Amino acid sequence: MRARAAGYEPRRWGAAFWTRFLLCGAALVLAVPILNQAVAPDSPLAIPDYLVPLLGKYVCYALLAVSLDLIWGYAGILSLGQGAFFALGGYCMGMYLMRQIGSRGVYGNAELPDFMVFLNWKELPWFWWGFDHFAYAALMALLVPGLLAFVFGWLAFRSRVTGVYLSIITQAMTYALLLAFFRNDMGFGGNNGLTDYKDILGWDVHRPETRLALYVASVAALGLGFLVSRFITTSKLGRVLLAVRDAESRVRFLGYSVTGVKAFVFTVAAVLAGIAGALYVPQIGIINPSEFSPANSIEVAIWVSVGGRGTLVGAMVGAVLVNFFKTWLTSAAPEIWLFFLGLLFVLSTLVFPRGLVGLLARLGWKRPPRAAATIPAGKEA
Amino acid sequence: MMRRLCFLAALGVAVMAFAIPAYADEFSTIVAQLGADSFSDKERAVAGLAKLGDPRAVPVLTALQDGRLVKAPDGRVLIVEGTGQAARLIDPVAGAPATDLALDDLDRLRVNNRLRSAIEGALGSLTLFSPDPAARLAAAQEAMRHRSPDSVPLLEKAIAAEQIPEVKAAMQQALRAAQLFAGSKEERLAAIRTLGGATDPQIKNLLDEVRADPKLDPELREAADKAAASIDRRLQLVGIVANLFQGISLGSVLLLAAIGLAITFGVMGVINMAHGEMIMLGAYTAFVCQEVFRAVLPPGWFDAYLAAAVPIAFIVAGGLGVVLERTLIRFLYGRPLETLLATWGVSLILQQAVRSVFGASNREVSNPNWMTGGFDPAGGFTVTWNRLVIIVFCFAVLGVIALILNRTRFGLQMRAVTQNRDMAAVMGIRTARVDALTFGLGSGIAGMAGVALSQIGNVSPNLGTFYIVDSFLVVVFGGVGNLMGTLVGALTLGIVNKFLEPVAGAVLGKIVVLAAIILFIQRRPRGLFALKGRTVEA
Repeated sequence: MRARAAGYEPRRWGAAFWTRFLLCGAALVLAVPILNQAVAPDSPLAIPDYLVPLLGKYVCYALLAVSLDLIWGYAGILSLGQGAFFALGGYCMGMYLMRQIGSRGVYGNAELPDFMVFLNWKELPWFWWGFDHFAYAALMALLVPGLLAFVFGWLAFRSRVTGVYLSIITQAMTYALLLAFFRNDMGFGGNNGLTDYKDILGWDVHRPETRLALYVASVAALGLGFLVSRFITTSKLGRVLLAVRDAESRVRFLGYSVTGVKAFVFTVAAVLAGIAGALYVPQIGIINPSEFSPANSIEVAIWVSVGGRGTLVGAMVGAVLVNFFKTWLTSAAPEIWLFFLGLLFVLSTLVFPRGLVGLLARLGWKRPPRAAATIPAGKEA
Repeated sequence: MMRRLCFLAALGVAVMAFAIPAYADEFSTIVAQLGADSFSDKERAVAGLAKLGDPRAVPVLTALQDGRLVKAPDGRVLIVEGTGQAARLIDPVAGAPATDLALDDLDRLRVNNRLRSAIEGALGSLTLFSPDPAARLAAAQEAMRHRSPDSVPLLEKAIAAEQIPEVKAAMQQALRAAQLFAGSKEERLAAIRTLGGATDPQIKNLLDEVRADPKLDPELREAADKAAASIDRRLQLVGIVANLFQGISLGSVLLLAAIGLAITFGVMGVINMAHGEMIMLGAYTAFVCQEVFRAVLPPGWFDAYLAAAVPIAFIVAGGLGVVLERTLIRFLYGRPLETLLATWGVSLILQQAVRSVFGASNREVSNPNWMTGGFDPAGGFTVTWNRLVIIVFCFAVLGVIALILNRTRFGLQMRAVTQNRDMAAVMGIRTARVDALTFGLGSGIAGMAGVALSQIGNVSPNLGTFYIVDSFLVVVFGGVGNLMGTLVGALTLGIVNKFLEPVAGAVLGKIVVLAAIILFIQRRPRGLFALKGRTVEA
């Protein structure tokens, strides 16, 4: 019964889907640059320059939420360490951006980033080699989270660590990484992280055009991530995933490799999170160890939960909505924000466990036509 | 016979009666010398006072140091006590106020830096004769640090007069340290042999200093090498004991934080992310109790605030736990991941609520008198009372819970529900009531843990977040639904952590422990002491 409630629905790749997907994508890709560049700055519709990276950040968060929804909503793996993969991807990009600073740092040392000069390091550590090249950094942003997730997931799923136990050890993982990255001698900038970026691929990261390009790239990544996740969940593999979520032992007894399936989807999700992190860093301009904090990862779960688990679309909507409220409340009434977030956690599990998408469905709005309509509404919020 | 004794006693009294004025006379002469014009004369007087070893010299020197010593026109040296209108003059020799002089006519005695350091040294050795044993002990330790040949006679005198063995031992050690460099060969040899029996890195350093002298007598060198080696051995042993104690201390803190969690998680399968906030609430209860006791009750009662805080914290946190269970958690049974998120929400709300009420800054909860300080059981490391009390408290709590679980009707019901909820319900146990009470019990214990934690750290709204990851790991590591597992898990983690710290550093040590637990869970997904049976998989 649960499987039908949130999950496998065949024939979702028809022309109707593609029209909606492309329309929404085009709207997102076109609207922001046009409203930012072509509309007069004093018009109420105009998007000021400072908002562009903020919207880009929401889009990255949406991709992170999709990655968690893929494993939580469909495979029942509540990772409380999804933020760790996000941060690892971010660090890979941050390292590339640090190398692009070259001799323009405070110490003017072309060989070493500022913080290494400050720590009296003599040469670049081996794990920084190659990060001068964008392609290598981009590859690492996929590989590092993916590899960690694969090894971690394989070990955990093979030993049948499930449910809350898995949640807790993923939390321990991100906590250990948090502590590790706080250390100065790790070679990742310690407490301060990596910041003061100048260029990405030769473009100044502070220029509005670069930021627009990054925003568009983020939307493209989100679209791609969504398609990949959707492809996985609507395939036969997706059916197995749902079965694993609802009755793991039974699937195992039927002869499926539960370990393999789970490790695969866990790895894919980690790669998606890594991409989101890599796109997030140049737009925000900093990456530091606090991205690893367990609280951040739990927050991702609430985005997904608010939007509606096992829907992908809901995850995106939830991420954007919750973060919009966060931006608004933390500046308007900072004391309220935690009350609000806490209530959101309580209510979304207690009162509407299937999230906004489920709520809309229950209110009688048929999902196929209307659910798609919630994408642009959510994303532009 | 009797007569003779009486005679002797009388003689003694007579001798003393004569001795005291003679003694006092010397004292007054030197004090008068302090009034000399040249700094070098003053310095000589200070040294004289130090050598004399008269306790009355202490206020004089302190006054000189603070610029409160004045010289009267007739040559008397007087102490000024108090300030402004309340100031009065005291004659240190007579020990009585001097009323015949006005303060304004007098010259203050000046000191320079050289003199000031001489005064400090003199005060240090004079406190060897202070009536307060703690001050004498501190002075002996001070003499140990700044050993000099000059202090030998003074120390010998102090040792002869000393009654308390502990202080005497410290003085003897200081004497040996002084003799180590200055005395004759026999004295030095004896000093080395005695010091070899100590357990103190300081003494090891002294011996190393002796050994560093290239012209050292070979016999002395051999003895010094032997002594240094034996100190090293003992220091190593003490290091292990110290690590063990600190590990047990950390383990007991973890255990206190984790017991409540183990109960709720074990019995109900509920992940209570707000558990850390229950600890935090307990700590704030201790803070409030402290403030109330300070404001309302007479100061003598203050030390009792902690005893009051423990049950109050249990009631506050436990009550909140019951409310939480009734209004929120019972709707989420069978959905552990949702429970996790919902309780996380509760924890955010509680944190923010406490921050709104008490402010975001750290609050200090002071130790009651009987928990401050510590003692040194083996030399080289200190067992602080607050840590020791927490260890004892932790095991007491554990014992009481074990009794509740194993010897009461409620405990029986709780265990039944843990093992097979449906069967327990069929047998007539009101599982809902057991759940609520269990959750209350777990939360209440967290509250008491908070009171304990308030004694070793600051109290802040995010106190709980420091413990939540660790206490989960303890529970998961030890195995769910098993107090023994929690105990072993907490102590193991605490001790391993403390033994790794000196090798790998605090942060890296912690990372290693986390990684080890993650790997361990791969091997034993249900923890160290897993519940057996087919209900486990459900």
